[in-house]
Amino acid sequence: MSATRLRAEGVSVRLGGSTVLDGVDLDVRGGELVALVGPNGAGKSTLLAALAGDLDLDAGTVRLGEREVRSMRSLDLARRRAVLPQQGRLAFGFLVREVVAMGRAPWARTGHEDDDERLVDEALQRADVVHLTGRSYPTLSGGERARTDLARVLAQDTAVVLLDEPTAALDIRHQEAVLSVARDLARAGRAVVVVLHDLSLAAAYADRICVLARGAVRADGAPHEVLTAELLGEVYQHPVRVVDVDGALVVVPVRKEASCDALLS
Amino acid sequence: MTAVPVTAAQRRTSVRRVGLLGALSLALLAAVVVAAGRGQLDVAPAEVVGSLLHRLGLDLGPMPSHPQGDVTLWTVRFPRVVMAAVAGTALATAGALMQGIFGNPLAEPGVVGVSAGAALAASTVIVFDLALVGTWTVALFAFVGGLVTTILVYLLSRDGGRTEVVTLVLTGIAVNAVASAGLAFLLFLGDQQAREEIVFWQLGSLNGSRWEQVGVAAPFMVVGLVAAMAMSRRLDLLALGDRAARHVGVDVERLRMGAIVVVALLTAAAVAFCGIIAFVGLVVPHLVRLLAGPGHRLLVPASALGGALLLVVADLGARTLVAYADLPIGMLTSLVGGPFFFWLIRRARRTSGAWA
Repeated sequence: MSATRLRAEGVSVRLGGSTVLDGVDLDVRGGELVALVGPNGAGKSTLLAALAGDLDLDAGTVRLGEREVRSMRSLDLARRRAVLPQQGRLAFGFLVREVVAMGRAPWARTGHEDDDERLVDEALQRADVVHLTGRSYPTLSGGERARTDLARVLAQDTAVVLLDEPTAALDIRHQEAVLSVARDLARAGRAVVVVLHDLSLAAAYADRICVLARGAVRADGAPHEVLTAELLGEVYQHPVRVVDVDGALVVVPVRKEASCDALLS
Repeated sequence: MTAVPVTAAQRRTSVRRVGLLGALSLALLAAVVVAAGRGQLDVAPAEVVGSLLHRLGLDLGPMPSHPQGDVTLWTVRFPRVVMAAVAGTALATAGALMQGIFGNPLAEPGVVGVSAGAALAASTVIVFDLALVGTWTVALFAFVGGLVTTILVYLLSRDGGRTEVVTLVLTGIAVNAVASAGLAFLLFLGDQQAREEIVFWQLGSLNGSRWEQVGVAAPFMVVGLVAAMAMSRRLDLLALGDRAARHVGVDVERLRMGAIVVVALLTAAAVAFCGIIAFVGLVVPHLVRLLAGPGHRLLVPASALGGALLLVVADLGARTLVAYADLPIGMLTSLVGGPFFFWLIRRARRTSGAWA
């Protein structure tokens, strides 16, 4: 699995007349956890969709290994990459376990089908939804749905894992738990891309952080290289401070009161 | 180990599966025997079974005691009861399938106008006396009419990869209105006999079903049912939404086009000879979902059996509720289905704001 490589080259996407992505390059290898960060509308989710093979590109290519994702059959693609959507929706009242088992669908009628039970059970545990197995999905809270969807993605057992804001609806404990799972996936040789809003979380868990701004890559590198007050302040158009707390980078916005204090002192 | 209650739950599911399908099969069998026996000339259930077994070459059970009993059973009752079962199976399966591809529990051939479209095309055959391929002509036209309408409804009600309840219901009203106008125009054009036949489409009836017609409708139904079963696992995945379904390997466009053709095939099987029988495809899959959950691998076969059971019983009611009168079965199903539909809409509004 370490040979896995997901590579975007010169990706441009126009949606409804405006350029959402403009010549984006991104290279993700097996064993890496890459966080996509950036302000609202920077193109994070669009880039993730392009990486997933959901979008027709106006320019550039996205390759998974040697093959271009848009040219792959959805079944072949589903055996190699899994996607966690931003918000889970389900048309009917399937039980949590049934939803998670849907992640095994690409492996039906293959030798891997024998692992279904085990992988579903494992996924339920890793996403901490074992206690919800008998519940109907539409009755879950936002955070519970997000974790159920994560379990489905884990059950799919793919070399590439794309997570679109997996922590948006989660409490602190589950935010940490979900990103630990993502990091473990990377440690196991998978290529993991996570869209995140929380820069401190990205700093703590990502091997690399890719900062997007207005559809282009503004910076791409290790957390301590990328997360600087100058760069973030410029990209987010809001002053921030980057603090080192016991070796972990923490990004805090500069707030009005704080700046007043600074002036007074 | 946390996995233990899960496997127990799964065992419960498979028990439920066998239990539900078995119970429905038995109920359907019983309903067929009772329904075939009841009518102006009553044949006792034991004699109905006896007659069936004798036809199968088994010398078991009593033959009908009435001299006309056996003939009545085989020329009038059985074709009608079998046609009811075929139409019921087709409509309920079509409903389950439509709800799956629209991701919307209110989709149903009658409600969204597919049945009306099929009936319109079928009545064209009657008014213009077309007979390109004999008895098959009506079914073929019904299929094409149903296909065009299904595609139309799908394109009109789909927005941004999903179908809202309101859009779907309003699209159904529009499509039904246009199809009714077409039917009205054909009524105006047709002669006395054609008019009577068209009125029959609008009411829906199993009166006068013949083996010849069963022979046309049944293959449509069987092909449709087999195809629907083959799609059932992928239909489950479609519940995730188009994008997520694609992410787990479903060729969404192909599945959807395939399902639309199958819906048209199934609707045609019912409409071609029985006219418009609404709400079967709504009520049956919904009740099955309440009992057995939304998984299509059980929903499709259970709906098929349940639909057959419902129409056999409803037709028995249509023939026997009022003495010496053969009520239109479409009227009966709408009488029950209309309030049920209303209740579903109310419930849908309450449980999920996004639908309303």
